[in-house]
Amino acid sequence: MTPNAGQLKKSLRRSLSVLALCFAGSALAQTSILNVSYDVSRELYKDINPAFVAAWKKQGGGDLTVNQSHGGSSKQAMSVAAGLDADVITMNQSPDIDILVERGGLVVADWRKQFPHNAAPYTTTSIFLVRKGNPKQIKDWDDLARPGVGVIVPNPKTSGNGRYTYLAAWGYALDKTGNEAGAKDFVKRLFANVPVLDGGGRGATTTFTQRDIGDVLVTFENEANLIAQEFGADKFDVVYPSLTIEAEAPVAVVQKVAAKRGTEKVAKAYLDFLFSPAGQEIIAKHDFRPRDPAVLKKYAAKFPKVKTFTVDQKLGGWAAVQKAHFADGALYDQIIVLKK
Amino acid sequence: MPAFDSPQRKGRFMSSHNALPGFRLSLGYTLTWLSLIVLIPLSAVFVKTMELSFEQFWAIVTTPRVVASYQLTFGASLAAATINAVFGLLLAWCLVRYSFPGKKIVDSLIDLPFALPTAVAGIALTALWAGNGWVGSIVESQFGIKVAFTPWGVLLALVFIGLPFVVRTVQPVLEDLDFELEEAASSLGANRWQTIRRVIFPTLLPALLTGFALAFARAVGEYGSVIFIAGNMPMVSEITPLMIITKLEQYDYRGATAIATVMLIVSFVMLITINSLQAWTAKRNGKIK
Amino acid sequence: MAATALHLHSDLAGRYESNPATRESAWVKWTVIGVSLTFFALFILLPLFIVFYEALRKGWEAYLVALVEPDALSSIKLTLLAAAISVPLNLVFGIAAAWAIAKFEFRGKSFLITLIDLPFSISPVVAGLIYVLVFGRTGWLGPWFIENDMRIVFAVPGIILATIFVTFPFIARELIPLMEAQGRDEEEASTVLGASGWQTFWYVTLPNIKWALLYGVILCNARAMGEFGAVSVVSGHIRGETNTMPLHIEIVYNEYKFSAAFAVASLLAILALVTLVLKTFIEWRATQTLKRSKT
Repeated sequence: MTPNAGQLKKSLRRSLSVLALCFAGSALAQTSILNVSYDVSRELYKDINPAFVAAWKKQGGGDLTVNQSHGGSSKQAMSVAAGLDADVITMNQSPDIDILVERGGLVVADWRKQFPHNAAPYTTTSIFLVRKGNPKQIKDWDDLARPGVGVIVPNPKTSGNGRYTYLAAWGYALDKTGNEAGAKDFVKRLFANVPVLDGGGRGATTTFTQRDIGDVLVTFENEANLIAQEFGADKFDVVYPSLTIEAEAPVAVVQKVAAKRGTEKVAKAYLDFLFSPAGQEIIAKHDFRPRDPAVLKKYAAKFPKVKTFTVDQKLGGWAAVQKAHFADGALYDQIIVLKK
Repeated sequence: MPAFDSPQRKGRFMSSHNALPGFRLSLGYTLTWLSLIVLIPLSAVFVKTMELSFEQFWAIVTTPRVVASYQLTFGASLAAATINAVFGLLLAWCLVRYSFPGKKIVDSLIDLPFALPTAVAGIALTALWAGNGWVGSIVESQFGIKVAFTPWGVLLALVFIGLPFVVRTVQPVLEDLDFELEEAASSLGANRWQTIRRVIFPTLLPALLTGFALAFARAVGEYGSVIFIAGNMPMVSEITPLMIITKLEQYDYRGATAIATVMLIVSFVMLITINSLQAWTAKRNGKIK
Repeated sequence: MAATALHLHSDLAGRYESNPATRESAWVKWTVIGVSLTFFALFILLPLFIVFYEALRKGWEAYLVALVEPDALSSIKLTLLAAAISVPLNLVFGIAAAWAIAKFEFRGKSFLITLIDLPFSISPVVAGLIYVLVFGRTGWLGPWFIENDMRIVFAVPGIILATIFVTFPFIARELIPLMEAQGRDEEEASTVLGASGWQTFWYVTLPNIKWALLYGVILCNARAMGEFGAVSVVSGHIRGETNTMPLHIEIVYNEYKFSAAFAVASLLAILALVTLVLKTFIEWRATQTLKRSKT
């Protein structure tokens, strides 16, 4: 029993007019770009955006709005791949930008070469946040694998923060035991101490600080400082492990979208601004380690020297890591499933 | 625009003579809108899943983590629906049979879980039942049970969202119950408990089962309130909808749709069960009257 | 599926309690009431209370500031828009579906009812996923829409679609049992007397179903404003643009502004309470109407 053509047309027209109504709103907006970013960069871009808008206007670029979208790093990349119109993406791990090269060529393949420092305007590193006075005497990664210590990390499958934590522990254990089997055993013991696995870095922080669960939160250095600000420095101590991972936060123009929207110039200028002294200054204020040596020197007190390694140096690059650790049924899955 | 049906069509599609207009218009509109909003988009899940071979599909939907999530989702939903069946029945009984102060308020607030956004429910329940929350701290120190961030938390959220269903299916049947029936049972020498067990309960059973099935169906798909309180540990407290989200976040559309297909089939079977239960309820109540 | 269907109260408690044949002993009564109300308090009252408690913990001023913040305001606006579009569409659908199902016999009717119910039991996550599959960049229609500069998912239309989906069965399911019970004698009489189809609907059917219809609309509206899972998948989470109230709550919560999150949450809780008050009022009015028509 099919409806006759007239009725079909009518309901179609109805749906289309509703849709048209919705588009009208966005079509009227002034020049705007959308920065799709990861979970814990909210505060940073809240400061970067007005600074850039002012600088852009001063250069004669005209009025501009920068819109922000935040969420778990991989989830955000997924949304962009599925059609979220980001002009720029600012992530915390390069696989989330590489996926946009693979999926529909949204980002140019040599995006790392488009900006200095591997297109990463800042780095941060995975460190420990413990309860005041460090009652469990947590000094290094070994203490996290000790029985009876509760470790809070976000889910490595869905969050860059968690992924860096996992890889940092892996790198540390690889150095210590000298082989992969030893590393696997160590990381397995560490993850056996994880009572709650939140989807993103912010969820993990809430679990640790608000629900009083766990003895140590492994998170980014900038997060640890923010937590101290938000919840009181008298409640937590920061502990730097003997070796940790350097997390580069890569950025890229989403070429295909920017070209279509005619925002290539402003998108590039926006990312360039991150590498400028003014941008680097704001970055350092938010406890991310800036690339500019002068700015880094100015804020040296904030960033204790710590021995780090990168994914490229120790683990053979992101593609290899992805395949060996995070693919379905790979090392991470084995560790987490065997845990029981 | 009265669109009268031609006699032939009526012969084929309608069992009885009907002089009312608008059948083709209303049914046509219903089917079109249903297809546009529900059926066509849903078919996308199956089409996407078809890209997998059966072996691949089977491998995805039977990995240990996913199987553990089914166990939790269906186990906790079943337990939650059972708890709701017991307490929902008691609540419905109180609301119909007893007078007590504040009854009107209780009666209207029963629907709260239905109207309250799930995310709000999730945050509120977590704040209450976490180890440092009002209820959670008591439960943890007195009984040594951690509720939030364990499978207990999942159960708790599912009990919350399913509560109205049992009450609201049992309540009207209880109200319609024939008063004289109980009097008769009593005058024939049955004591109160016997009357309840032998006379009232069998009449309520279909409605109770419908409420149970509704609470179960709602619980199986629930996401918003559960993720806040579940802790989301692989193999322990991950629910199946979360597995779909996790797959999506790993750029694995096919994996996500494969699990979604399993959930869709379960939903569909559940609905058919519920609707036949309701038909049964209607028939039984009709007979008793 | 009409679990939350409008039902007309008649207070029977007195009648049952006054007859020794149909009442329980006092201790049974109060134990049952005690157990039920404890359960009720634990599961319904406390969560409701804590929303307001947390929202006002930092005082009224902080509460108001959280609500008038631009991002909060735009999320409220979007939520209202999504409800304002999706509820009327489901209203028209609900009436059409109920008319066809309740007033006519045809093959496959119960199957059709099951299909209408489907969105109720489908996980909201799957509901969001299907629209990404259809309208996403690599979906069926996505490339065409993107080619023509129209955005469905990760934009407002996607949010509206997801909202329509999750509230799809509510109005239809409210009307079908009532219209079935009412039969079609009145409508047939009106048609025989020469009224057109629309006249019959407008003057005969509508007055009979107005309370159930209104109730369905209120229910549908409450769900439309509160949906989280499905909307979360298709939103794109752009601040000030594609965040609905539940999504805004999640974001603010993740920025460690718990009081602000609960403040916005309290608005939704108030909405839920208003819904319940309206529902009680409608049930009362419907009972009155029924009584009047009987005498």
